[in-house]
Parts: sequence; structure tokens; C-alpha cells
Amino acid sequence: MEPKSKKRVIYDRTLRALLWFCAALTCLLLAFLIGYIFVNGIPHITWQLLSTQPSFREDTIGILPNLINTLCLIFGTLLIVLPLGAGAAVYLTEYARNRRVVAAIEFAAETLSGIPSILFGLVGMLFFCEFLGWGGSIRAGILTMAIMVLPTIIRTTQESLKSVPQSFREASLGLGSGKWHMIRTAVLPSSVEGIVTGYILAIGRILGESAALLFTAGSASILSANLGQTLTSSGGTLSVALYMYVSERGEMEVGFAIAAILMILALVLNLSAKLAGKKLKR
Amino acid sequence: MQEGTIISARDLDLYYGENQALKKISLDIPERQVTALIGPSGCGKSTFLKTLNRMNDLVPNVRIEGLVEYRGQDIYMPKLDVTWLRRHVGMVFQKANPFPMSIYDNIAYGPRTHGIRSRKALDEIVERSLRGAAIWDEVKDRLKKPALSLSGGQQQRICIARALAVEPDVLLMDEATSALDPISTSKIEELIADLKKQYTIIIVTHNMQQAVRISDKCAFFLMGQLVEFGDTTQLFSMPQDKRTEEYITGRFG
Repeated sequence: MEPKSKKRVIYDRTLRALLWFCAALTCLLLAFLIGYIFVNGIPHITWQLLSTQPSFREDTIGILPNLINTLCLIFGTLLIVLPLGAGAAVYLTEYARNRRVVAAIEFAAETLSGIPSILFGLVGMLFFCEFLGWGGSIRAGILTMAIMVLPTIIRTTQESLKSVPQSFREASLGLGSGKWHMIRTAVLPSSVEGIVTGYILAIGRILGESAALLFTAGSASILSANLGQTLTSSGGTLSVALYMYVSERGEMEVGFAIAAILMILALVLNLSAKLAGKKLKR
Repeated sequence: MQEGTIISARDLDLYYGENQALKKISLDIPERQVTALIGPSGCGKSTFLKTLNRMNDLVPNVRIEGLVEYRGQDIYMPKLDVTWLRRHVGMVFQKANPFPMSIYDNIAYGPRTHGIRSRKALDEIVERSLRGAAIWDEVKDRLKKPALSLSGGQQQRICIARALAVEPDVLLMDEATSALDPISTSKIEELIADLKKQYTIIIVTHNMQQAVRISDKCAFFLMGQLVEFGDTTQLFSMPQDKRTEEYITGRFG
């Protein structure tokens, strides 16, 4: 072996070790975080916590209302954002002719997705709660979240549409497809995975949001009689509840229990989104 | 228009923005023959091919003047249904571009697009198209396998079968063999010879031997102009234009 190539081997091994170290450290930190939350949280998840609302008279804590609020917020937001975001992204990538306007919109959407969420909360509060007179309510929270995640959704959907080879479009049009048929049968199926990733990110942001929701959806933990009442009354999500219990009442155990539930919820929602994506692809 | 002409271009000008890519092209394409378009890169032959089923519509800033008729129908008239045109004038691209679906679904894509739903009818079309593209025997046992798992040459024949499945009248081939190995190429050339019994074929090729082997008519393009058009044997043995002679004897290009 020549001396020069020996040097190269050492160089190669050093770099490989460094990269291994980076990966290992990242995994370790994550594993520690997950383990810490589960160890501290899971023992405090009780049936009573999951199935009741808090009661001052009996001095018990239950997070069922917060769980319901969280799910309402997520599904409500997705219901708005799914058609709107996908539609806007498809229009911008497939139909829009004016490249300059599209580039400007893309830039604006990118900037918007980097804005601190509290700003969306502030605007949401002033517009939905004050101006429209809805007060702190789940519906105000839903619309605020929708506005907050739309830019991200549009950008991720656009990127996955752009990653579909132009040749698929040509092949489809060449066979006599109309434009929408081409998009539905040749473009969307190939980009479904990327689109789903966008929605998973959005779900994550909603799950984790606290400040903007505190402004718009409030922090109440009361069970409502029906869906309509849930939407129009104030309600805190799990993240908001976590914040409230820990910072206002010092209930660390409840805090950890909620944290663990949030992680499980994130896992379940992401898995079902992935599954839905696979189904859609077929 | 001459008897037996299926597509005819008259004084066709095409501009990409400021840049004129085709200059006053007039050409009559005979039915059920193979017409080859040859010329050096950038001479406009692919551009011309794409005007015949309006695939140039996809390019921004394209402007077209002049007349192109398919069976006497002006294909650039405003009310024309482009999907109708493309259904009758099909296209096979330079790079095989099967969809990321099964072989079966690739072939059934076109017929489904045009509203055929019956399983039995689709089965028949798939078999007939794959036979037509001389690939049935190779794939009949794995129609459910992804088309992308096939070799490049097989993928290109899948694309030909996919184009045949909508029962076109004319088949445009844009350097359809340039990315293939010699064996796959000769298979597709044999296929073309067979297909011309039923279809009109217009093929763009860089390969002059290929043009000689497979085409009946040949058109030589240079810098956006049609220099010479005639019987292939005539054009290659006794070119009328000095530039054609220089090109086919390999003096440039």
C-alpha cells in the first residue's frame, strides 16, 4: 500500500467516527428525553385523569376536556387546511402562469412560516375574539391555527408536487388527459408522501402550540354538552393545560402525565396520517 | 393537400419568446408510412414534432403562426379540444417515462382516462397493446409488477404499448431509442416496421443509419428550416441540396 492512501484511510476513518458520534449523541439525547418523560409521566396517568374534568369541590384533576379540545382543534384545523392548502399549492405549482407572482407568494409563505406563533395569536385574538366578538373559543383557535399552518402546508405540498418528474405530466397529457385528470392521476399519487409529511408537521405544531391558543382559545377545562358548544366556548388544549397546571398550580405530576399523553398522541396521529397516505397512494 | 396525407404543415413559424425556432415549415406527412425527421441538435426537429400534438403548449412563451392540419382539421384553431388531438396523435418520449404503477395500470391509464371502466375490456386492451408493442411474452406473467422494475428497453416498449392503448392514428416518437442499447433499439425498430401497417409514424432521430433503416420519407432540418424532404432512399442517395449532402456524409452535425 502506498503511504498516500494510508493517509486517506485514516482521514476516512476519523470522519466516519465523527459522524457516528454526531448520530449517536442525537439519538441518545432523544432517547433520554423520551425515557425521562415516560418514566415520570406514565405512572401518573390514571383513569380518573383521563376520564373526568377537574373538580374544585372534590379537589381532583381530570384532563378529558383538554383532550377533547386538542382533538377538536386538530381535526377542525385539518378540515379547513386540507382542501385549502392542497388547493392553493396545486394552483400555484400547476396552473399559475405568472412566475414572478408565484415566486413572491412562495417567498411570503416561507417568511410567514418562520414567524413566531404568538403573532398569529395576537392577530387572531384581535380579529376573531374581539372584532368578530367570538371571545376566547375553540373556533377562534381553529381559525388562528389554520392561518398559522397554511403557509407551511402550502410550501411542503408545493415542494412535493415539484418533485414529481415533468415526464409524468407529459406522459399523461400525451395520452389525452385533461389537466385536472393529469394532476389527480399522475401528479398527486406520486407526491402523496411529501404532502402527508406536511400535514404531520402541521399536526405537530398545533399539538405543541400554547401561547397563540391561550390568546384565542382560552384555557378552560370544562366539558361541553355537545360539539357546537365545544366550538363556541373557551377551552384549553393539552399543551395549554400542561402550562397552566405546572406554572399556576405547581402540579408537576400532572404536567408529566400530560407530556407523556402528548407524545403518545403525536405518535398515534402521525402513524394514522402515514397510513392514510399509503391508502391514498393506491 | 395531397392524397394520402394525414398531417400537413403550411408556413409554420414557431417562436420561443424572441427566438424563432421554426421558419416557414411546409410539409405533408403521408399516412401509414414512417417519416423520419433528421438534423443536428437544435435544428428544430423535436420542436416541429411537438407542434403536431401541441405538446409545445406546455412550454411558456411559445408563439405559433401558420397552419397545421390533422386530417383536414386545423389543430391550432381556438375551439379545438387538445385532448381529442392527443388521443389521436400519440407520443413516445426520448426517455422512457412509465408511471410508478404496475405494468397493467400503465397500459390501462389511457383507456381509463377516456372512460373505459369494464375489467374485461381493459384486460383485452392491455393484452392487445402489449402484443402490439412486442412485449407481451416478456411481461404477461407479471402484469401487477411495477413498470419501473423493467429494463430501459422494456420500459420504452411499455410506453409504446401505453400509447397504443388509446388507439391513436399517428404515433410521434421523439428519439425514442436514443437512450437504449443496440439490442433494445433493434427490437423497437422492428416494432416500428410492424406498426406502420396500422399507424402513421413520425420519428425524430439523431441516428442517420436508423433513419435509412426504418423510414420511408425523410425530412432534413437545419437551423429551424426544412432543407429537404423526400423519399428516404432518394434523400440519402441523391440529395438535392448541398447542405443535406454535407450533413449525411458527416461533414457537420
